[in-house]
Amino acid sequence: MSGAGFVAMTALLVVPASAALLLVLLPGYRLGARLNVGAALASLLASVALFGTRPEANLYLRVDDFNIYLIALNNLVSFTTSVFSASYIAHEMETGRLTPAYLRFYHAMYQALLFAMNLALLANNIGLLWVAIELATLITVLMVGLYRTRAALEAAWKYFILGSLGIALALFGTILVYLAAQPTMGEGLPAMAWDQLLARAAAFDPALLNLAFVFLLLGYGTKAGLVPLHAWLPDAHAEGPTPISAILSGLLLNVALYAVLRFKMLMSANPSALAPGPLMVGLGLLSLLFAGLMLYRRGDIKRLFAYSSIEHMGIITFAFGMGGPLANFAGLLHMTMHSLTKSAIFFAVGHISQVKGTQRISTIRGLTVTHPALGWGLVAGVIAIAGMPPFGVFMSEFLVVSSTFARQPLLALPLVLGLLLAFGTLLWRLNGMAFGKPDSGPAAPVQASILPMLVHLALVFVAGIWLPGPLVAWFHHVAILLG
Amino acid sequence: MHGLAFDIAHFLAGGMVVASFLLLYQDRLSALINIFALHSLVLVLAVGWQAYIQDAHHLYVTAGIALIFKAVIIPTALHRIVRQLGIHRTLEVVGGVGRDMLAGTALVALAILVMLPVTAGADALAREDLAFALAVVLLGLLLMVTRQNAVSLVVGFMSLENGLVLAAAGARGMPLAVEISIAFSVLIALIVIGVFLFRIRERFDSVDMQAMDTFREGRRK
Repeated sequence: MSGAGFVAMTALLVVPASAALLLVLLPGYRLGARLNVGAALASLLASVALFGTRPEANLYLRVDDFNIYLIALNNLVSFTTSVFSASYIAHEMETGRLTPAYLRFYHAMYQALLFAMNLALLANNIGLLWVAIELATLITVLMVGLYRTRAALEAAWKYFILGSLGIALALFGTILVYLAAQPTMGEGLPAMAWDQLLARAAAFDPALLNLAFVFLLLGYGTKAGLVPLHAWLPDAHAEGPTPISAILSGLLLNVALYAVLRFKMLMSANPSALAPGPLMVGLGLLSLLFAGLMLYRRGDIKRLFAYSSIEHMGIITFAFGMGGPLANFAGLLHMTMHSLTKSAIFFAVGHISQVKGTQRISTIRGLTVTHPALGWGLVAGVIAIAGMPPFGVFMSEFLVVSSTFARQPLLALPLVLGLLLAFGTLLWRLNGMAFGKPDSGPAAPVQASILPMLVHLALVFVAGIWLPGPLVAWFHHVAILLG
Repeated sequence: MHGLAFDIAHFLAGGMVVASFLLLYQDRLSALINIFALHSLVLVLAVGWQAYIQDAHHLYVTAGIALIFKAVIIPTALHRIVRQLGIHRTLEVVGGVGRDMLAGTALVALAILVMLPVTAGADALAREDLAFALAVVLLGLLLMVTRQNAVSLVVGFMSLENGLVLAAAGARGMPLAVEISIAFSVLIALIVIGVFLFRIRERFDSVDMQAMDTFREGRRK
């Protein structure tokens, strides 16, 4: 049993890594795009296989109740994004924005990024976790700068500097965790293996753990786009290729948050350490309110949704900061729903900016008339992300708000204020884009594959009405694990 | 045994903090790069000494990597960049050197005040090393925020990484995988940075970050 599980776990790393190498060598972008889709599908199948046979944990890698589901989500969204990317890239080739050499690089980096994210989610070693997130950062920096325009280079540079700072702080935190563990665990690898750390965390020096968590929260929080350190995020989303915006928002932010949660679990396992909740609640609320205010004046469609990602990361961090089974449940659900919805929105936005030839909101008008499929897809996506029923985001936001009202009514006020701000602004912006008077100029025809977008929206819609029993049971179980 | 070994480790780690201060008041790029080479050299000695007293052979590898990459290759490459781009000119310092030095002193005090009480349980060697390492990290951050020029930003970031390596070496028995990755990441970082510098040159004829900062959403047409 565990043999097959081990194969599946290894495949999650080997498939993208070897596909990345192959894609470097392979000429021709159509073939590259197909191989990219194929490799992503193979990883998705491997991640599903993990549910059947779970491998035993070793000192480096581990599949447990918490990460198994995130791995499946990660590979599902990577797969649908690769399908979207194939049609997006074909259009970029036609308009000459990208050359074949860049595309080869792009596809190889796409698989390398998938490798890095899978490694981060699978890692049992806190050092390995750090290496994987650092690798993911470097790859996305290169991807953001792909178009080599002035704006793209500035965005990549800003992301690089802030991302490296975050990564550096996180490494310092990781070293401090090792130091806290070392007197109890002895020297060497076991003192960095997460499951063994968790088992004996109660005996660690609480003061060192506290300091470590502050560094880790700031470090990985930078990567998750939490507010004082969010400045890279809107630029990186707006200037990179849209499939990468979808991956950044839908997956990489989740991976960074996952790292924070792993360390939060360590903190909770130590009775005399500082409670991590208030710190996370504070950062989460700050992100939510700040992003809610910033949404108002955005003129660029991708920046608008980038700020919306900051807002949702704020909500999720807030929910996990509140803690307790119900809020954790809501946080996990929201993580899933946001990642599906936001990547669907970016799929729509990618094609919209291609057919309109611009990312400026003021020049995108009347989409439901000129491009019904894309227009209505965007409408559905924005309604979902703004938190309206019947979509899944409504359910998770409702759970966050109601559990906050039950426990800390005063904290619920800024929470609801932030949600309403974002809600109003998003719908106001959507109105012009979807239902405004269309421009007279003929827009380019779409050769979009809207299937990935429809699949995501359908999943979010179904989740809003009915969650399957095993999924609810899993969310419950992990919510209790998270403390 | 404890006495002399401890004093030397203390001396070398303290040397890195002093080198960080030296970085803070350089007003020419080539001098800044030379001081960075010195900074890395002190790091090599500090890590090498840790390897000797901990009897941890893998740390010699870390020291060797630091010697080759950070003390030799990277400074040489940066000198080349400076020569090729013709940017020998004086650096602009935001707020002036005096204020930087005061801020730096405050940061070192902060590092010591934070680290020493927290690590009361750990052994004396790790404690002092960690306090110095945090000071070097914070001084690297200060260098990054007070400089406009891309090359000095890169130097600031690498001095910050030197501080991290010092911290990792001071943590007794920390596994090798991490240290290699640190060295490796610095290498990749340099490649990325190198690519950036040349692309920036290609596009803007300047490596001054002020020139890059003109792009903002509000001002874009």
